[in-house]
Amino acid sequence: MIQTLAGAGLGGPVLSVRDLAMRYGEREALRGVSFDAGAGELVAVVGPNGAGKTTLLSILAGIQRPSAGSVNRTPREVGWVPQSSAVYAKLSVAENLELFARLEKVADPAQAVERMLEQTGLGERAGEQVRRLSGGNRQRVNVAIGLLADPPVLALDEPSSALDPAQRARLWDFVGSLAAAGTSVVFSTHDVNEVQRYAKRALVLAGGELLFDGSPEALLAAAGEENGDFEGAFVSFLHGRGHR
Amino acid sequence: MRWLLGKDLLILRRSRLTVALLVIYPVAIALLIGLALSRGPTKPRVAIVNETPPGQTIAVGSEHVAVGRYAEELFSQVQSVHASSRAQAIAEIKSGRVLAAVVIPRNIAARVSSGLSQASLEVLYNGNALEQSLVQSQLSSALAQANLGFSEQIQGAAAQAIGLLLKGGNLGVLGAPPDLIGLSQIPSGLKGIIARQPPGPDRRQLERMDAFAQFAAQNLGLAKNVLSTIGQPIQVKSTLIAGRRTPLNTFAVVVAVSISLMFVAVLLASGGLALEREENTLQRLVRGLTSREGLLAEKALLGAGCSFLLAFAMLAGIGAFVSLDWSRAGLWLAALALGALAFGTLGVAIGVLAREVRAASLLAFLTSLPLAFLALVPAGAVASGLYDAIGVISFVFPFKAALQALDAAVNQSAPGIGVSLAHLAGLVVLFGALARVGLRRLD
Repeated sequence: MIQTLAGAGLGGPVLSVRDLAMRYGEREALRGVSFDAGAGELVAVVGPNGAGKTTLLSILAGIQRPSAGSVNRTPREVGWVPQSSAVYAKLSVAENLELFARLEKVADPAQAVERMLEQTGLGERAGEQVRRLSGGNRQRVNVAIGLLADPPVLALDEPSSALDPAQRARLWDFVGSLAAAGTSVVFSTHDVNEVQRYAKRALVLAGGELLFDGSPEALLAAAGEENGDFEGAFVSFLHGRGHR
Repeated sequence: MRWLLGKDLLILRRSRLTVALLVIYPVAIALLIGLALSRGPTKPRVAIVNETPPGQTIAVGSEHVAVGRYAEELFSQVQSVHASSRAQAIAEIKSGRVLAAVVIPRNIAARVSSGLSQASLEVLYNGNALEQSLVQSQLSSALAQANLGFSEQIQGAAAQAIGLLLKGGNLGVLGAPPDLIGLSQIPSGLKGIIARQPPGPDRRQLERMDAFAQFAAQNLGLAKNVLSTIGQPIQVKSTLIAGRRTPLNTFAVVVAVSISLMFVAVLLASGGLALEREENTLQRLVRGLTSREGLLAEKALLGAGCSFLLAFAMLAGIGAFVSLDWSRAGLWLAALALGALAFGTLGVAIGVLAREVRAASLLAFLTSLPLAFLALVPAGAVASGLYDAIGVISFVFPFKAALQALDAAVNQSAPGIGVSLAHLAGLVVLFGALARVGLRRLD
């Protein structure tokens, strides 16, 4: 049974996904996935390898077309941050931002660059080539590019996977501030502790199916883990539904 | 597209080593191939041992030809190194200072003069199979040329001797009687004597001698022509079926420029596309920031534009040293532009196969270099089946068509430039479509 929690905020859902399905030949990567996300919501997509997390985010970002179902946002309305930083190493931070701002056809690219440099705290390093930045700063540029067009929805594919703990903390502070400013954030992760710590809602995917849609606390309760061991709760939840 | 093009040029400007390699390597290869094509093989360095005594001659009738003339003929065909003995010649070969040695034996004059046994030379050489093959091909040609020159001298002497027999005069040979009558003068002399003879056996005998003298004089006159025919029995007359006769050095220019055009366009286009995958930006771009076709076109244009500028600069630079017809510059530009575009689209078709710039570059080199060599294989140099296969490969890749287009533009060679440009346009469509299919496969 799928447990769901409507994600509509005060002004209704910003993102609405209905009956998404994705087939690769005989294999079903996604089966009838539906959920909503409200403004300022931080939604974590979590699940074992091959669950369909990246496929779901790729469809939200417009990289792949679903075999069936719909998303209420066009790809241009969804900011996308791929797992590996997708930036030009030989361009400076500002040059990367300006290039993508122009490609995104942002009305005032210079202003958008300034805004993102300020938001990411990379103003002092604006002229530095990206190849000279740390992994954390590079990921901030990666996120900043996803936000250039000021999208109402931001999709992040395992954004913290290559970062050290301090860099992770800074990244989540930044993402939290985006959500606080009203951006609806959907992120995938392998780290269930991040779900518990940062997400308002968790979507549990396994075998292409959406098994759970609710708050991290509700997931703990659903797994019968009252002592707060979120990782244990997540594993027992999956076991309880036949996913080992 | 212009923002992406600007970005690629900026990245290129910051990759100085890549730019240097992209310019220097193809230009160096192109110039090497161009030099190899434009310069014929140099004369082989050969040691010559002349064992004949100084002043020895070969007698041709009353005429004499110095044996030393043969050595001179041979010297003119090779870079000669004098060796005083066979042993010294062998030492020269072993040291590598000469490719081979030719020994002109002491008895060569006697052999040629006798007309019974053929005179022979001794050729000494050493080295591996390649060097042996080089000696055989280069020296046999040099010896054949020397033989021909020497035989012409002997023919000349023989013709002079025949002329003396026909016209008479002083033979110039010690002991020969002065003011000899010529064979052609005998019939007119005999005619007067016969007229004064009464009919009878003596007159008939004289008439027979007159008939023989006439016959002999006529046929000996023909013998001079026969001698020159034997010296060079068949004269070669060449006819170019289509186009204009192309000097080898301007064709070498065309080859050199075409190779540079190909390398730069293919490497930049394939590398540019592979860079988008290596930097993970490809998916970001094709999710609505630019169309896939637009991205491919931008990379093809990047390669084509840079290679076009480089190739035109090369052509103009070489034009300062080699005579080129600048009134045809418009056609050069058309050939370079379409050739560059065809190579650019080949580059993007290669680029979609590679995930990294290094892999794309390697693939581009591995594809391009054999294509250039295959396109230069002349008909008849390989078996007909293999040549047909080479022809098909050269037809479906742009190098040969670009070479033909540029050759037609620069040298007015066949097939005409229109055919080659149409061929290149077809290849642009073909490789553009293949690249698009390849890019879809990545989705």
